Amino acid sequence: MVQTSVAVPAQPGSVYDDSAVRLFAIAAIVWGVVGMLVGVFIAAELAWPDISLGIPWLSYGRIRPLHTNAVIFAFGGCALMATSYYVVQRTCQTRLFSRTLSLLHFWGYQAVIVLAAITLPLGITRGKEYAELEWPIALLLTVVWVIYAIVFFCTIGIRKVRHIYVANWFYGAFIIAVALLHVVNAASIPVTLWKSYSVYSGAQDAMVQWWYGHNAVGFFLTAGFLGMMYYFIPKQANRPVYSYRLSIVHFWALIFTYMWAGPHHLHYTALPDWVQSLGMVFSLVLLAPSWGGMINGIMTLSGAWHKLRDDPILKFLIVSLSFYGMSTFEGPMMAIKTVNSLSHYTDWGIAHVHSGALGWVGLISMGSLYYLIPRMFGQVQMYSVKAISLHFWIATIGIVLYIASMWIAGVMEGLMWRAINTDGTLTYSFVETVKATFPFYVVRLCGGLLYLSGMLVMAWNVFRTATNGRYAPVRIPQAAAYA
Amino acid sequence: MDSLYLLIPFSAVVVLALVAVFGWALFGGQFDDLEREGARILAGDAPALDPDQAATGVAAKECPRTP
Repeated sequence: MVQTSVAVPAQPGSVYDDSAVRLFAIAAIVWGVVGMLVGVFIAAELAWPDISLGIPWLSYGRIRPLHTNAVIFAFGGCALMATSYYVVQRTCQTRLFSRTLSLLHFWGYQAVIVLAAITLPLGITRGKEYAELEWPIALLLTVVWVIYAIVFFCTIGIRKVRHIYVANWFYGAFIIAVALLHVVNAASIPVTLWKSYSVYSGAQDAMVQWWYGHNAVGFFLTAGFLGMMYYFIPKQANRPVYSYRLSIVHFWALIFTYMWAGPHHLHYTALPDWVQSLGMVFSLVLLAPSWGGMINGIMTLSGAWHKLRDDPILKFLIVSLSFYGMSTFEGPMMAIKTVNSLSHYTDWGIAHVHSGALGWVGLISMGSLYYLIPRMFGQVQMYSVKAISLHFWIATIGIVLYIASMWIAGVMEGLMWRAINTDGTLTYSFVETVKATFPFYVVRLCGGLLYLSGMLVMAWNVFRTATNGRYAPVRIPQAAAYA
Repeated sequence: MDSLYLLIPFSAVVVLALVAVFGWALFGGQFDDLEREGARILAGDAPALDPDQAATGVAAKECPRTP
């Protein structure tokens, strides 16, 4: 792309404010390595339970939430925050609303992550999946999140371009929805500094928890990363998104229909039957906007497919969308009650989650960071483009091993659990099903190790890019059009 | 299921708020020229400033961007 540049004096405020972007991008890499390493460790624990050596801080029950929090909220969260601050400035052609608040947001969020990393292995937890952090940390997170919202929305408020680009809508929905979900689900009565009880109880609590839990998938792991998708795929491909009109429809359809998919996590429980059916129907409806968005993203390359062959960053971005398509097909299918009766509580769920997490969330974040990081250090591209390609192939093979082994293990468990002899007794004892999963757990560990290795390649590449480069402020284009 | 008395009205309020935001976007002209808006982000990249000259406040010559 040829730019004509005119030497104009840089007025204060005429360059983008990328300090927080840079910090969050580096933090995403660091937490990615940590979170995936913890994931590999617990995968090994499932295959060989004795490797924790009886140390309580390393036991599966305590370390597993550390893994989920580290990869979702630390790695994914920092990637979302880095890219959202980058995208909102570029698409609004303005600086961040407040540098101080954006840095406060960064350090506050890191404090939450570090507190999580300390308290979870100590066994300090609310016991709610993906909402484990005890009330003082949950309160701190609320304050940090409000700061994030202020910086993001006030930056949109001072935009120099009248139209708000679709990526900002997705990021905005992510920020608001996560705030609402967190506040409702974290409502607790503190007993001591590190112990509180949910204000809801029993099936009520389960309903609130999975209303939160599935909407966290919808608005944290989907909407936020779709914001990345709608900015970084067009930029990297240097083509506008296939249908901008469809992207608007995608956004509104997704956020209007997402809210009530949660009950599919509670099929065949004490939840009223009609609520379960409601959850199933809403989950099925979600297939339409999800696939609309996936097709929109992939078709951006329509007529320029050769770019996919030559550009490893585009490989990351486009393949992530194919995993998004896979998991958003699989999810509604698993939400159907008859399918769910086979799949629920088995490793099929683990397969599904990781096709979304490793395939969609991981690859789209990595691709976006590969685009963003060189620009944060005055570079044109990453230190090694070959290493990006290497990372892509290692990660993809790792994902395939992971998902395939867990699919097989999951379906096998489901079938063994429901197998009944002619006299009505169970064919298999539970421990027999555990034993049968062993080889698949080992394959899963290999997949996880490959994915972690890819992340280490990325960390090396980022380190070389950062140390070779120097931060060069990027000038805000003189808003060509306020139209 | 008392929690539904919280969650369902809460969701209804959220949907009403969404309708209001959608109305603002629709009647505020956000969707007036969608074809152009999709392409606009591709044109926006300004060259980076040279790190040495950035401090002095003078924009440097153009740095190459991704081809």
